[in-house]
Amino acid sequence: MKEINEINLPDDLKYSKDHEWARFENQYVTIGVTDYAQDQLGDIVFVELPQKGDVFKKGDEFGNVESIKAVSELYMPLGGKIFEVNAAFENHPDLANTSPYEKGWMIKVENDNADNINDLMGKDKYYKYLQGIE
Amino acid sequence: MRYLPHTKEDIEIMLSRIGISSLDELFPTISENCHSKKLPDLPEALTEWELCDLMNIYSRNTASGTKYKNFIGAGNYEHYIPSTIYYLLERSEFLTAYTPYQPEISQGTLQAVYEYQSLVSRLLGMEVANASLYDGASALAEALLMAIRIKKKKKVLISSLIHPHYRQVVNTYFKFTDFQVDEIPYLENGLTDISILNDTDDVAAVAVQSPNFFGCIESLKSFSEAALKKDMLFIVCFSEPFAYGLLKNPGSQGADIACGEGQSFGVSQLFGGPGLGMFASKMKFVRNMPGRLVGKTNDLDKKRGFVLTLATREQHIRREKATSNICTNNSLCAIAAAIYISSLGGTGLQKLAKLNYDKSEYLKKKFINAGLPATFKSPTFNEFVVKFPKGFKSLRNSILKNKIIPGLCLEKYYPELSDHYLICATETKSKEDLDLFVKEVLS
Amino acid sequence: MTKKLDDNLNVEPLIMEKGKKGRCAYSMPKRDIENFYLNKDLKGSELNLPDLCEIDIVRHYTRLSQLNFGLDTGMYPLGSCTMKYNPKLNEQLLACSGFSKAHPLVPETLSQGALQLIYELEQYLCLITGTDACSLQPSAGAQGELVGMLMICAFHKAKKNVKSKIIIPDTAHGTNPASASLCGLHPVQIKSNKNGILVPETVDKVMDDQTAGIMLTNPNTLGLFEENILEISQIVHSKGGQVYCDGANLNAVMGIVELGKIGVDVLHLNLHKTFSAPHGGGGPGSGPVCVKKHLIPFLPVPRIIKENNTYTFCENFPETIGRIHPFFGNFGVMVKAYAYIRTMGAKYLKKASQLAVLNANYIKECLKEVFYLPYDRPCLHECVFSDKFQAKYKITTLDICKRLMDFGFHPPTVYFPLVVNGAIMIEPTETESKESIDRLIDAFKTIANEAKDNPDILKKAPNTCPVKRLDETKAARQPLLSE
Repeated sequence: MKEINEINLPDDLKYSKDHEWARFENQYVTIGVTDYAQDQLGDIVFVELPQKGDVFKKGDEFGNVESIKAVSELYMPLGGKIFEVNAAFENHPDLANTSPYEKGWMIKVENDNADNINDLMGKDKYYKYLQGIE
Repeated sequence: MRYLPHTKEDIEIMLSRIGISSLDELFPTISENCHSKKLPDLPEALTEWELCDLMNIYSRNTASGTKYKNFIGAGNYEHYIPSTIYYLLERSEFLTAYTPYQPEISQGTLQAVYEYQSLVSRLLGMEVANASLYDGASALAEALLMAIRIKKKKKVLISSLIHPHYRQVVNTYFKFTDFQVDEIPYLENGLTDISILNDTDDVAAVAVQSPNFFGCIESLKSFSEAALKKDMLFIVCFSEPFAYGLLKNPGSQGADIACGEGQSFGVSQLFGGPGLGMFASKMKFVRNMPGRLVGKTNDLDKKRGFVLTLATREQHIRREKATSNICTNNSLCAIAAAIYISSLGGTGLQKLAKLNYDKSEYLKKKFINAGLPATFKSPTFNEFVVKFPKGFKSLRNSILKNKIIPGLCLEKYYPELSDHYLICATETKSKEDLDLFVKEVLS
Repeated sequence: MTKKLDDNLNVEPLIMEKGKKGRCAYSMPKRDIENFYLNKDLKGSELNLPDLCEIDIVRHYTRLSQLNFGLDTGMYPLGSCTMKYNPKLNEQLLACSGFSKAHPLVPETLSQGALQLIYELEQYLCLITGTDACSLQPSAGAQGELVGMLMICAFHKAKKNVKSKIIIPDTAHGTNPASASLCGLHPVQIKSNKNGILVPETVDKVMDDQTAGIMLTNPNTLGLFEENILEISQIVHSKGGQVYCDGANLNAVMGIVELGKIGVDVLHLNLHKTFSAPHGGGGPGSGPVCVKKHLIPFLPVPRIIKENNTYTFCENFPETIGRIHPFFGNFGVMVKAYAYIRTMGAKYLKKASQLAVLNANYIKECLKEVFYLPYDRPCLHECVFSDKFQAKYKITTLDICKRLMDFGFHPPTVYFPLVVNGAIMIEPTETESKESIDRLIDAFKTIANEAKDNPDILKKAPNTCPVKRLDETKAARQPLLSE
């Protein structure tokens, strides 16, 4: 597994305590799991995602990620309606391992509140948070 | 003591390495008031020879199988088991091995179970089978819970012609859940009343046993179509899998889940346990399946190999969110079944299943000719219900004296059928046995 | 043993890849009755199953067995599994035809031998555990846990108390919370202290009138005795709860501790662990449940009643949780456990526990310089190490255990309990001699040196088994579960 300083954390993203990232783009927020999460999980074998149109509150479980040794729940970093789900995961569960921030995006959510972005951490704060865990 | 290798010298050396001087000092963390004051009052240890003598007595007092002609089936069936099965199961590499969590030294168990999964899938006409559950009863309970998980509904329907003990076990499993189990009544023809499905709502699954407890063959296709219309899963369970050596299998009739008792395939009767819980479903439900699964893969040198897979559904990883709490299953019994099915082969199994069918049809015909027709008109496999003449109960004792056990009285399970008996005739009953049975009943 | 590979790099072809149509390995009984009509709407199509002759079958399964490591091959130091020697006598006894052909539903007068054996085994298990009654119906430990939890729920319901939670320690086996969930009880996890055991204060904090009780394991999965069990059970009882004990680790305390006398209300046992019945590559097992008097009304039915010298089944227990087994339990496993108890007697059962604990402590002392021992205190029948010392060489518990196979040992339990990162749990059992334990210790020491000097050999291990490390990711990503 990687050392903390080897974890890739893009500058333009926001991060949650549950190791999800969020990219805020106009009225949509794209969400996936961080490089730390995929590294901890190991080879991902299956990803269970919600349906388009499902509505969740912040903190709700919206799916899970399965590796050989663990299953990790996915939690909504913000509330909203699912606008799009990445169908590529059906045949390529490893996308979250190989490209967690690009091809491995999981869901797009309609951002209903401009304040949502404030609840999440910036790159530096998340990095400090990871150091606290180890 | 032959199972305890330590000599006095061994113990002394080991104690001194630990830094203590007696075995009693090994338990410093067990306080005085947790320590037993005396040994349990068990009988004195027996030598191998004394134990053999004792067990022979117990065996003689349980000898109904060898001394009597037994015409009871009802979920535990007498079939001939080839000596090759006993021989191969005694191979200690199968018998004394642990669960194959370390695949590199467990390819024997893993491949044998993979083959079992394959044979069961083919026999039942289903897409995937697991590595076994405990028995037909708990398999049914697990199937219903699986359907509830998949459909996210809280009600299930089960036929009242499913083995009474299986229904009791289902009720035990459901006792402290907030799920509801309703029973479907049966009709005069000995089949489950399918019309009930028209008035149901919000049901996760309907389960039907075929052949059912009365031995009658249910109309599986009709049930699967009705279930589909009502957005419920269709579960077919069984207690005698030999039926599927001859009849249309659950998969071909639209079953979503097929589960039941596999004891008939090479597992000794052993007073009812261990049995073999067979469990199979459509591939799309595999992540919701309880129990272990063996999968095929490759090793570092690209050799074919087998591993336990999709383990993250199971209790040791998922804990309270697991698909089931099952850990130990009935692996060795599954291997016995695989050896048995392979020994018969597809050709042999169909032939033997037909012979079983014919034995009970012959007996049924003899009873009809004697004025005792089968209670239910529907076609049956291997078991059927007959109403014995009035006053049969007193006659029964004299039949027993002649070393015949004349079937299972249904009074206890279906009070409306108090003079009716469930009769089973497998390939182990000769024509003479069958003729004598009828003669005794009539005398 | 070297295996020849066929063209497709398969160690052993599948049974479906063998045989020829028309072969049979079964002695078909003679047909002495006519063929009867079968409606063609009912008849299934031809079976897609292989046809083989007897030598095909015997060779196939003999060769498969040779790919397996078994307890008769070598040592299985698997923590919490109690892989002790399986006496061959017990297998022979099961072959008594009175047992193998016994039908469970024949009149009870014809089954007195079986009924007596089950009844007596129930008595012996109660004596060993200090409890008042037993049910041998559950088919395995997990099912025993389910029965125990159901009984606790029934107990509370009878008192008209509604409970929604159950306390479960962080060291518990995964079947514990899984079984509790089946009863609608939400697990409340509590942490063990730095000495690896539970303390009363932690239990007191979470124990309330919504909590059905506690599910503990004693000895626990760290191989330690839950020293505070008396006080803990007092706290739980005083607040209206019940104490369930997972008795999988009973092998450490037979004849030394009676769980029923130190606060436990209900416990389960594993006949395929403590009582020497073989594991069969994953089962069958037997998980009897033993209870104190106040829980007797809730036991599964039917129960065996002895009157004069006759044994009968009785279902007349109105408060029972019901039936859990289609018949009366795994009789085939009970016979072996019964034979074991009659062979050992109380004196040797206690000796077995003492020697099991001796073996584990000896291993602990010999290996603690070489592997990190998170709880450096007297252990019972098992001890837990971790891969902490080897981390600097980038060697993990997985690498260590895979290499152990090259030395002729089955690896210990790994990555459990979860409270120890990279846990290596070793349970030798009492049936291993000092020589075989010394060989295990030497193997571990060699591996520790290899971790330093030649880590590559660990990373590539095992090297001497029929297959090398297998691609488990591929197996999970593209499940191929039948052929």
